[in-house]
Amino acid sequence: MEIKVCGPGCPKCHETERIVKEALAEAGVSAEVEKVSDFNEIAKLGVFTTPAVVIDGQIKCSGKTPTKKEVLAWLGR
Amino acid sequence: MDWQREWKPLAAIVAVFLVVYYLPVGAARFDNAVSEAFELVRWYAREHVLLCLIPAFFIAGAIAVFVSQASVLKYLGARANKVLAYGVASVSGTVLAVCSCTVLPLFAGIYRMGAGLGPATAFLYAGPAINVLAIVLTARVLGPELGLARAVAAILFSIVIGLCMHWIFRRDEQEKHQVQIAQPEQESTRPLWQNGLFFAAMIGILVFANWGDAAGSGFWALLAAQKWLLTGLFAVLLAIMLMFWFGLPKWQVILAGAPAVALALVFTGHPTLAFVAGFIGLSLLLSGREDENGEWFKESWDFAKQILPLLLIGVFVAGLLLGRPGEEGLIPAAWVSGAVGDNSLGANFFASFVGAFMYFATLTEVPILQGLIGNGMHKGPALALLLAGPALSLPNMLVIRSLMGTQKTVVFVTLVIVMATISGLLYGTFF
Repeated sequence: MEIKVCGPGCPKCHETERIVKEALAEAGVSAEVEKVSDFNEIAKLGVFTTPAVVIDGQIKCSGKTPTKKEVLAWLGR
Repeated sequence: MDWQREWKPLAAIVAVFLVVYYLPVGAARFDNAVSEAFELVRWYAREHVLLCLIPAFFIAGAIAVFVSQASVLKYLGARANKVLAYGVASVSGTVLAVCSCTVLPLFAGIYRMGAGLGPATAFLYAGPAINVLAIVLTARVLGPELGLARAVAAILFSIVIGLCMHWIFRRDEQEKHQVQIAQPEQESTRPLWQNGLFFAAMIGILVFANWGDAAGSGFWALLAAQKWLLTGLFAVLLAIMLMFWFGLPKWQVILAGAPAVALALVFTGHPTLAFVAGFIGLSLLLSGREDENGEWFKESWDFAKQILPLLLIGVFVAGLLLGRPGEEGLIPAAWVSGAVGDNSLGANFFASFVGAFMYFATLTEVPILQGLIGNGMHKGPALALLLAGPALSLPNMLVIRSLMGTQKTVVFVTLVIVMATISGLLYGTFF
């Protein structure tokens, strides 16, 4: 599983990264979490609004910080 | 010691030491500036935080949660109607750009995969100026006239700048990433008119709580005298909507509203008490929930957390440098009125140019401008600074350059400065 957290480095984006990592630890899933902060890269992923979470090339949320519950649901737990 | 790494803290210590060593405590101008800074912070705390910023945060949070961004972005995507795209790009900042960190990714998205250079630059220019918080605070502190002028000029000139950019670079073949814009479509749980009334009620609370006192008699004086009654009426409407349309348990809403009603009836002379109790009740009601209502509170809280500290620091610095309106801070008022005191071409250009390169943290342009106007800045250059300031800054230019190259960035910055100068001149001449 490949997880990308997109955001230029605003407080919300850091919060999103933290929540994703916590959810991973809680679910016991080991996955690569990549922080994407380059705007060109973010645009290439098809993301318009940040913070966004992309799992295996699929945009799971965009423009808001997800809750841990939501992230766990995306992980299939 | 590893000087390669340690020179930074050393430099910082030396700098702080030198500042403190030569701190002009006791000098009249400095002591006065410090007291001005505290006076200004206190004035903001007393006049603007409770009645103006707190409702504005709740409105901004509600926009982030209840307004579907996907429906707006549809008009800015790759297959969008070009004419429509300019219109939507210039006004969508109200809904989309509430947080300054969302402006640049959106710009990148619209430019790279969406409607292209023109609408993207239109959005970049108008977005920061017309977001809800900026309009509310500008109108409240600097007067409704300048607030309105800021919004209207930003929208109009964003379209002009977008069209210019598109025309200048029309031969530029743009390799488009054929990526589908995947915006997860949120299912709407309420019809549009219910959301509309919900926002109307909140804006009603914000507007009437901040209604200025009108002199004389007649309709406006009557409104001013009854402003708290009207504010309360909108609050009751909001509570009813929350019960029936937003699925909040009725007894909880009544329980949350009860202290506010009680305070309003007992302490009729202190409506602020009831106002604060109402918002505390609303916060308690929303914060524990897991649904979209809980998300509404979370978004509002995030805005408050992000913007309040910056704003208070901004107010303090503005007070230190410029003082309250009518007073002087560290910078002599004569400098300000000398540079931007009239509505000349030079003054407007100077204000635009400085504004374009200077970085303003979210909303801090308002107290800074307030200080400048108090020190004799003319209205024209004030608008020029408001238009060029938040849209551009040196760090922001570097990001834009990485996205669309040096040439386009230079043209864009030039256009912004020219347009801001022209708007300032026109505004200063006619108002």
